[in-house]
Amino acid sequence: MSVKGRAWKFGDDVNTDVIYAGKFLPITEPTEMAKHAFEVVYPDFPKKVKKNDFVVAGKYFGCGSSREQAATCLKYAGVAAVIAESFARIFYRNAINLGLPILICPGVSKGVDDGDELEVDFESGVVKNLTKGTELKAKALPQFVMEILNDGGLIPHLKKKLAKNT
Amino acid sequence: MGMNISEKILARASGKKRVEPNEIVDGKVDVAMSHENAGLVSKTFKSIGVPKVWDKSKIVILFDHRVPAESEETAKGHKNVREFVKSQGIEHFYDIKAGICHQILPEKGHCRPGELLVGTDSHTTTHGAFGVFATGIGATEMAAVWATGALWLKVPETIKIVVNGKFPSWVGSKDLILRIIGDLRADGADYKAVEYYGKTIEEMSIASRMTICNMSMEMGAKAAIIPPDDKTLEYLKSRTSKMFTPQYADKDAQYEKTIEYDVSNLEPQIACPHQVDNVKPVSEVAGKEIHQALLGSCTNGRLEDLEIAARILKGKKISKDVRMIVIPASWEVYGEAMDKGYLKTFIDAGAVIINPGCGPCLGAHQGLLAPGERCISSTNRNFQGRMGSKDAEVYLASPAVVAASALLGKIAHPKEVSK
Repeated sequence: MSVKGRAWKFGDDVNTDVIYAGKFLPITEPTEMAKHAFEVVYPDFPKKVKKNDFVVAGKYFGCGSSREQAATCLKYAGVAAVIAESFARIFYRNAINLGLPILICPGVSKGVDDGDELEVDFESGVVKNLTKGTELKAKALPQFVMEILNDGGLIPHLKKKLAKNT
Repeated sequence: MGMNISEKILARASGKKRVEPNEIVDGKVDVAMSHENAGLVSKTFKSIGVPKVWDKSKIVILFDHRVPAESEETAKGHKNVREFVKSQGIEHFYDIKAGICHQILPEKGHCRPGELLVGTDSHTTTHGAFGVFATGIGATEMAAVWATGALWLKVPETIKIVVNGKFPSWVGSKDLILRIIGDLRADGADYKAVEYYGKTIEEMSIASRMTICNMSMEMGAKAAIIPPDDKTLEYLKSRTSKMFTPQYADKDAQYEKTIEYDVSNLEPQIACPHQVDNVKPVSEVAGKEIHQALLGSCTNGRLEDLEIAARILKGKKISKDVRMIVIPASWEVYGEAMDKGYLKTFIDAGAVIINPGCGPCLGAHQGLLAPGERCISSTNRNFQGRMGSKDAEVYLASPAVVAASALLGKIAHPKEVSK
């Protein structure tokens, strides 16, 4: 499956406070959370992000708090995937558990500029930069992680497992 | 080949004789902690369709991030969690008059050496100070833990940090961990565990060790462990009657690398905006005007933190241009600080005392910052916009530096105000 969309480019060490500020934590509706994605520091993002856009970043994306709203708000804002050089551990788990695809893609922070048009093939991990006419390749995720993602996240995955056992 | 502490705990938790770095194990959880986000966890838990939690004696729920409720939204969240706790018969629930989760877990005997503890809070690494493998997870994952009692974990590689030397006056564990984060950087221990050894660590109080393990998260650590000793056992003696088996590293345990520190000449350290790894000695930052001084949090809101600040503030007045906020980490700390007269010292000096909780650390309430304001804070994060305005600045420091800076109205070395 491949998806085309615009790249929203961020730097290194993007933390979860910047992605989803603490003052919004009492919100319980994911669609409401989406309205506050990156809002405090990048107010344009929630206003202009479109379905199937990509968040592109450098190293250690999603560091800081364990708040999974940082992954939820991006998913419900329509972000098709987060593509970064590397991820912070808890964000990595949260994204997978919520069914938000993430791609660890060496060279992506140099190879993609804000606003570039990307086409991403989730099966092969190929990230095409249509604006620049270049191509990058993401690292494959472990098989059991792919199974969780393919089931749509940890809860659907767990339900499937529980149903099998009964 | 021997195993280190993380490997031993994860082997035990997964029912294996031995485990190796990068192996994926299914870990059985001994303690599962959630705070306000238990609301989110319970919502997801209900969607799984399992009627009862796996073990109502192993779940700890408390409120600390927004106490008392700062908004109607939070009040509704608290209410939902109270109802869930009741309906499931959760045995360990602490309402708004308890304190910060990372202080309450040890105080109430939930940190037992050798166990696997998960919490829906990144600073869950704090509990490694008791020889626990303790790590932060998200709410969805916690819902699965509530349903099954287990989660997948990658056995981390471990960095060994050995600390020796005697701290100079006014320098302590916060300065040490800030220096380590500055050296290893924000992602220096991402996906990894850290074990701390050396004379300096052995001589440290339990509270100081908790500061080290708490802030190890800021270099990405999955767990931060200090081997339990007599001090640990003494602390736990009156707090838990449960049996536990401390785990220690084998002599030939493997580490990804070993890093040594000597603290004999360490200066007070400051993490400058807007990254925790942007660490400078106080001499390079001193003189910067401040508007707020915050003493508290899961990093530095314990009795020894209040004690050192009270010692600096005793009989003096905080700068008229500074708002100083003091937040004891728990009701136990609050009561002791009252008995010892520290709270009187704080109010006489002109500080505002707030009930135990997370306060403004994460930008919820009780002292947020306006654009252009600068705060010296004993907390653990200085991310842009975290404590209010995105145009405010947070400098992280030890309780001693926070108190000295409050007196002078500018970032200062405690020796400037004390003999």
